[in-house]
Amino acid sequence: MTQAPVQQLDQIFVMLKHWLVGYVPAAAQPVVSSLLSVVAILALFPALFAFTTVLERKGLGRMQNRYGPNRVGPFGLLQPLADGIKSLTKEDVVPRTADKAVHFMAPLLLVAASFLAYAVLPVGRNMAAVNLDAGVLYFFAVGAVAELAVFMAGWSSHNKYSLLGAMRAIAQMISYEVPLILSSLAVIMAAGSLSTVEIAGRQAGYSGIWPHWYVLTPWGLAGFLLFMIAATAETNRSPFDLPEGESEIIAGYYTEYSGFKFALFFLGEYLGMFAISGLGITLFLGGWSAPFSFLTWIPSWIWFFAKLLALIAVFIWMRGTLPRLRMDQLMNFAWKFMLPMALLVMVSAGVWRFLPHGVLRWIVCFVMIAVPYVLLGRGLLQGKKIGKRTYRFAE
Amino acid sequence: MLGEGIVKGLAETARNFLGSFVDEERLTTVEYPEERLPQAEAARNFPFLIYDGDDAEKGLRCVACQICEKECPPRCIHIEKSKDKKPDYVGKQQFYPAVFDIDVSVCMSCQICVEVCPFEAIRMDTQFELSTDDRFGGLLWTKAELAKTNEYYHSIHPTEAGETDARLDEEKAKVAAKAKPAEAEMQAKA
Ligand code: SF4
Ligand code: SF4
Repeated sequence: MTQAPVQQLDQIFVMLKHWLVGYVPAAAQPVVSSLLSVVAILALFPALFAFTTVLERKGLGRMQNRYGPNRVGPFGLLQPLADGIKSLTKEDVVPRTADKAVHFMAPLLLVAASFLAYAVLPVGRNMAAVNLDAGVLYFFAVGAVAELAVFMAGWSSHNKYSLLGAMRAIAQMISYEVPLILSSLAVIMAAGSLSTVEIAGRQAGYSGIWPHWYVLTPWGLAGFLLFMIAATAETNRSPFDLPEGESEIIAGYYTEYSGFKFALFFLGEYLGMFAISGLGITLFLGGWSAPFSFLTWIPSWIWFFAKLLALIAVFIWMRGTLPRLRMDQLMNFAWKFMLPMALLVMVSAGVWRFLPHGVLRWIVCFVMIAVPYVLLGRGLLQGKKIGKRTYRFAE
Repeated sequence: MLGEGIVKGLAETARNFLGSFVDEERLTTVEYPEERLPQAEAARNFPFLIYDGDDAEKGLRCVACQICEKECPPRCIHIEKSKDKKPDYVGKQQFYPAVFDIDVSVCMSCQICVEVCPFEAIRMDTQFELSTDDRFGGLLWTKAELAKTNEYYHSIHPTEAGETDARLDEEKAKVAAKAKPAEAEMQAKA
């Protein structure tokens, strides 16, 4: 008896969509159905973006013992509105020598590509806009369009800083795409599917009260951490925010953007961050499934967004904590640490799959990852003086 | 081990984050329009003219000697000397400024006018909320706007004002002392 209303609440948006689609002629139904999903994505995630900007500024403020924005609206919650109006009223400067068309298209492409990625994210049970068989592959493919947009922006601006910034961004994004994809490959191997819906579905079972999330295995945890580190770099977030650097290359590839186009870059970047967090949730954190079997009565979409907000909070926390890397450190980290670790995670996932259930595979897989981690870490830190910095001349 | 520092750093920021909600002392922000810090005594931005007593016209110390006008580096002071004279603080007949304007959009707060004024007539103000929507008239301050009482001066720069008053009293005493023997002589002659 109690199960029915709970399920209804869980499926409320799905039912709503079916009800709305029922009003149009059968021929138009597929189109209307996808349009409705698109509208939902277009409405929801920019709203989340607006909310995140306040959250981020307030959170960072608190980490630095400040209040953060608190003037516009209650608790400063209407700040994004003020920011939006400000960026809309600003002058839109386009350099005279810029390639006008490409310069105009770059931010649009970035935002469009970021939106496309949401198509395959299951934000709740039966709540993915499309269920592609190669969903994960599709996700990374549209993710790569963002790189194209970045380079378009840098190239078309006809500004050396933009170009250098774009090249830096591309180098970083491509380098970190390797561990990003390799660590998701482990999950794909374990799930035996490239479909995001299927991967999330696989993790929705429970042993006792514990869910079957991939993050709750040694290789899954390591893979998740690697995935999130690579995701931070992919989305150009601190501490990997090198494409932007006031002291070296000004604002990187968006040096020559102002007004609303600048805001679009901002939007694109945050949308990318949400999308990749969403993928991380789908791959490792069980998608829309509840963390304990006794919490399944809470609707699945609430769980997805709760996890998303938690990951956003972690992103903000990281940004508030870590100083940015140098370019060479960034590259060293990607190729000397992330890549071997990601490969190990993949092997470890394979070993996990073929060892019988029990304590043994826990120990084997844990050792497989922990020992190389310690050794690799020691190797990387060797010969580096870590501690208080001493200066030769300045005292 | 690799990553130790990151964990330590995360703990530190988490402590700050949570602490800022629990312990109000941590928050260093002064929420300006509602809350304000007391002004430092040495604060200064634009000059004002001092007058003694309650009548700004009569008590104005400035004698329109125009030294400040000449010394002001960006030349933002404009003075027109009066035709008639009025007694200054020691009772001597002096000119006074018929017009005394300072263009504060040009003034660079260098305080040179204050340094050079021989009559302790001009001093630096601490008022800083001066935004206006009239960028010409609103920023050109006339004599009426510039004139402020000696009490006001005491309230913003007590130490400096005390010294100034002491100096003026000394001078007044000197004049009075000079006047006395002269009077005595006059009486003796008579
Ligand atoms: S403070 Fe300097 S610039 Fe301003 S009026 Fe005095 S002398 Fe001129
Ligand atoms: S303010 Fe002082 S220096 Fe300037 S005209 Fe008046 S008396 Fe002379």
